[in-house]
Amino acid sequence: MVFALPALLVIAAVIVFPWVFTIYMSLHDWQVGKPTTFIGLDNYLALATDARFLGSILRTLYYTVLAVGLPVVFGTLAALIFHERFPLRGFLRGVFIMPMMATPVAVALVWTMMYHPQLGVLNYLLSLVGIPPQNWVYDQATVIPSLVVIEVWHWTPLVMLIVLGGLAALPIEPYDSARIDGASAWQMFRYITFPLVAPFIVVAMIIRTIDALKAFDTIFVITQGGPGTSSETINIFLYLQAFAFYKIGYASATVVVFFVLICLLSLALLHVRQRAKWT
Amino acid sequence: MSPAELLRALVRKVAFGFAVAVIVSPAILVFLWMLSLSLKPDIETLDYPPSLLPETPTLDNFVAVFRDSPFLRYTINSIIVSFSATFIALAIGVPAGYGIAKAGAAKLSVLILISRITPGLSYLIPLFILFQFLGLTATLWPIIITHLVITVPIVVWVMIGFFESLPMELEEAALIDGCNLWQGFRHIALPLARPGIVVAFILSFIFSWNNFIFGVVLAGRETRTLPVAVYNVLTFEQISWGPLAAAALVVTLPVLILTVFIQREIVAGLTAGGVKGG
Repeated sequence: MVFALPALLVIAAVIVFPWVFTIYMSLHDWQVGKPTTFIGLDNYLALATDARFLGSILRTLYYTVLAVGLPVVFGTLAALIFHERFPLRGFLRGVFIMPMMATPVAVALVWTMMYHPQLGVLNYLLSLVGIPPQNWVYDQATVIPSLVVIEVWHWTPLVMLIVLGGLAALPIEPYDSARIDGASAWQMFRYITFPLVAPFIVVAMIIRTIDALKAFDTIFVITQGGPGTSSETINIFLYLQAFAFYKIGYASATVVVFFVLICLLSLALLHVRQRAKWT
Repeated sequence: MSPAELLRALVRKVAFGFAVAVIVSPAILVFLWMLSLSLKPDIETLDYPPSLLPETPTLDNFVAVFRDSPFLRYTINSIIVSFSATFIALAIGVPAGYGIAKAGAAKLSVLILISRITPGLSYLIPLFILFQFLGLTATLWPIIITHLVITVPIVVWVMIGFFESLPMELEEAALIDGCNLWQGFRHIALPLARPGIVVAFILSFIFSWNNFIFGVVLAGRETRTLPVAVYNVLTFEQISWGPLAAAALVVTLPVLILTVFIQREIVAGLTAGGVKGG
């Protein structure tokens, strides 16, 4: 227990102090350069009727559903492939996880260039197969799906790793007896592999949900919430309130609401996980 | 084997190889495109149709990045920040992982989990106010301290997994022979955990190196880390793609090389905790 003390102190200093201070600030009208006054829950009441904030919640959920579902499907498929033995497997697995280790800002930069409507390579590739050029992140209608494409590219490897870990722990016996009973490859996947790996897929979903809700770097670098506010997720809204408008009290209230939202969604998924364990 | 069976086996092999190529190619192509842009002279980056292979490859973009901006300064900043944040995290996180693993104190790891759930921005507002109050904003300290939010949980998480897999018997024997708890940790557990410490070091370093959000808020002109510096290149010279791609590559290339060459360790560490900073 003594060994954990220094780390606990640091965590307390870097995590508990900010939380206490955040809640304190959220109860004040606190702007940089102005005197602060206690206003009780007014910041929270204002948030509840702030159309821009409510819009950001919807956009965050839209982004999250796509940015959880697609990587989970692709990552599981990739894990099934990497579970097989084939030449250069280790090296190719290293290549496959490069996106998730790469610096997000650098990733965002390359994608910005690839998404450029006139000079970007993606519109050129589309033109080769006869699809008209898209405006990608420069169009209100396509900005979130375009950002999700990057997120999928970026984080599918993490899902793959988690599911691969689950596959590695599978017992051999059920497969042997299934083979003797003449089960097809699909039946073995459907009735043996999938149920056993399901808890790992749920873990991947939980981690992906937390990360997708918190997504910041690529969205901020590429669109800063634009065009207009069409890609302004809660995290971007929060950043702008705090560090562009310096409304510290209002931003602090946003942090509290945001954290509650993340916890509720994580708990809901944990509940799913408990059930996945028993079936 | 009959010819039909041989053919079927061959088709299956080819189809599998194709599937592998399909899942690996997005990763390869994006980074190759980055490399290609960084090696093209400025006029060529605007060519249409674009080509993957530069016609007249040049290193001018890399020279320009280091000549036209204090990129070297920012590189040094990044190295100082990531090393400091990682070493501090190891110094406190390795004993913590040991304590939590040996005491079976699962409840304490919940605290670490909360730090994983909390958005990075929510630490930033109060710490930003605090650092301004303390007058530390012109130094690298605020950035190093906030990076601990990422590095400490990674180290503790990886080390819990590692110490749990070590057998208890050795330390118990040492305790019977008259070692105290600290000696047991220092001379028995720590040397055995060296591979785990390496993994923790690598992951903590990479996620600190990649971090953008803390730097963009806390860094001044002199204290920018590399991701922040690259972001600023983007906002001021939107269309000069060559130097931009070169700057992006300089930041992320060390990480990519590390990933491919020690993928086994990285995979082991990542699956231990599903960790990721921010």
